[in-house]
Amino acid sequence: MKPSTIRSVIMASSVGTMIEWYDFYIFGMLAKTISTQFFPEGNATAALLSTLAIFAAGFIVRPFGALVFGRLGDLIGRKYTFLLTLVLMGGSTFLIGLVPGYKTIGIAAPLLVLLLRLIQGLALGGEYGGAATYVAEHSPAHKRGFYTSWIQTTATLGLFVALGVIMLVKLNMPDSSFNAEWGGWRYPFWISLLLVAISVYIRLKMSESPLFSKLKEEGKTSVNPLKESFRHKANFKMVLMALFGAVMGQGVIWYTGQFYAQSFLENSCKIEFEQSRTLLLWAIFFATPFFVFWGWLSDRIGRKWIMMTGMLLAILTYRPIFNTFLTDTAITGHTIGMPADSNSIIKSDTLLSKKEGIKILQHKVTISSFNQIRFKQKRTDTLVLAEGETLYPPLSSAGITDYNKIQFVLKEDAKPVISEKKIPSSTYWKFVGLVFLLILYVTMVYGPIAAFLVEIFPTRIRYTSMSLPYHIGNGVFGGLVPFIGLLLTTTFPADPLVGLWYPVGIAALCLVIGSIYLTNKIDENVDD
Amino acid sequence: MNKIKRALGILWFLLAPAVIYFLVDRAIVHIDPAGKKDINNPVIWIIIIGIFTPIAVGLMIFGWFAIKGEYDHLPESSDELN
Repeated sequence: MKPSTIRSVIMASSVGTMIEWYDFYIFGMLAKTISTQFFPEGNATAALLSTLAIFAAGFIVRPFGALVFGRLGDLIGRKYTFLLTLVLMGGSTFLIGLVPGYKTIGIAAPLLVLLLRLIQGLALGGEYGGAATYVAEHSPAHKRGFYTSWIQTTATLGLFVALGVIMLVKLNMPDSSFNAEWGGWRYPFWISLLLVAISVYIRLKMSESPLFSKLKEEGKTSVNPLKESFRHKANFKMVLMALFGAVMGQGVIWYTGQFYAQSFLENSCKIEFEQSRTLLLWAIFFATPFFVFWGWLSDRIGRKWIMMTGMLLAILTYRPIFNTFLTDTAITGHTIGMPADSNSIIKSDTLLSKKEGIKILQHKVTISSFNQIRFKQKRTDTLVLAEGETLYPPLSSAGITDYNKIQFVLKEDAKPVISEKKIPSSTYWKFVGLVFLLILYVTMVYGPIAAFLVEIFPTRIRYTSMSLPYHIGNGVFGGLVPFIGLLLTTTFPADPLVGLWYPVGIAALCLVIGSIYLTNKIDENVDD
Repeated sequence: MNKIKRALGILWFLLAPAVIYFLVDRAIVHIDPAGKKDINNPVIWIIIIGIFTPIAVGLMIFGWFAIKGEYDHLPESSDELN
């Protein structure tokens, strides 16, 4: 095959898959705004629909999509199946951006959004297996890992583009415009239509996979891919081995390195929105080439030990890395940024005039409130906040209206309630390095896995057989990282890093199973 | 190595029901209609237990295959899978 042809194959597959990831992520990243627009608090039905939209799309619908589209891909071909998933994903994303809010059309709004979100999950379940299979079936044996690794960059690049687009929109308009019913949060959804149109145009020009075409010509395609994949013991045992020996560990490392890390920096370390996002963007930027590097290396030394090493490194270093995030952003007592004199007056008139609550920027720590502040209005009225209570909404709700005459008197036992922190440059780049390490582990486990999965299964049922373990590993095991993290944190509140035991435990289990049961041998011939 | 594969099969076989028991137990402890966190939400637990149970059964089958020596030899060509 000509180099230009294989480049086109890789580009057509990768761009489309990246756009599908972009579409899937923007919903999650804008979940807060979406929830305000479509799933208002206090409405039980809307809350139920919100839960289903968040959980069912990832956990149930993705594996189900793998079965539906995997079967279709093994029956009618790779090209048209992953073209269909692209159109479904792009169409549903664009339509989410067009659904009027709950205020306008009531319960129809969350119902429509749930339906479109489920279509997104279904489409995503069918996309990856098709793209990986399509590229692998065009690749020569000695470059299969290298070529398929380009597909492996797409999930991370989709996250990168989603983060970048949302930041660009958000930073170019006030929050009120961004969060309005027809505000800026809809732009990333609308942009999807353009991206998908370009990708569909590129994919339409591609030919069917040569291996699948050959099978079809010979009349050897599967009649019932689901039955052959999961009811024939010989193949089913390989599906189980792929899931428990490779994809399960890869899934939790992928989610921990990119999503859990971001959430941890933002929620546990309280790093401000822009810094926590740009930090991740830099780390992704530096780490992404390593997907291709490990894919290339896997063609030379085998897939297994690269993936297992990635899991081992994650198991050994997760807690020290996350502990560094915590300790380097810790605020000890209220000594930072607080006046020594307990009766000092903090002048914040300019900030108060915005009626945003109190933000005191000292020593690069932004503090939204203190647990003990007395507000004096004209030196007579006093408001003392209870412990943990914040100053939001604006002070007018507390009966204080003359903002220019308010003084703040810190009581002796005042403690800062941190809303967000701006970390200094040295810490920022140190954290970029640490997040880079987390994503490097992702590249090690994820870079070679497409070639690994393709080589396990025969062409006639490859799409179905590799899609299901992939989406159970990533959608279920990976998608559960935040929930199990919360469960563990609630059960064992004394340890702020306890949530990491889930990915560490799953990765350790997968490491043992993978090391013992998988083979490092590369299957040269996937033409069977 | 084959002996280790088979012996560990027992562990995988037993681990699966333990996981299901753990999830059901945690669900009973944490489900709280008055609670506001995700872990208090019964719908989420139903989804998670519903999706995890077949996966745990898969782990049991994986363990069973390992005990029976199905992984002593891995297929070297697709003909062995057809």
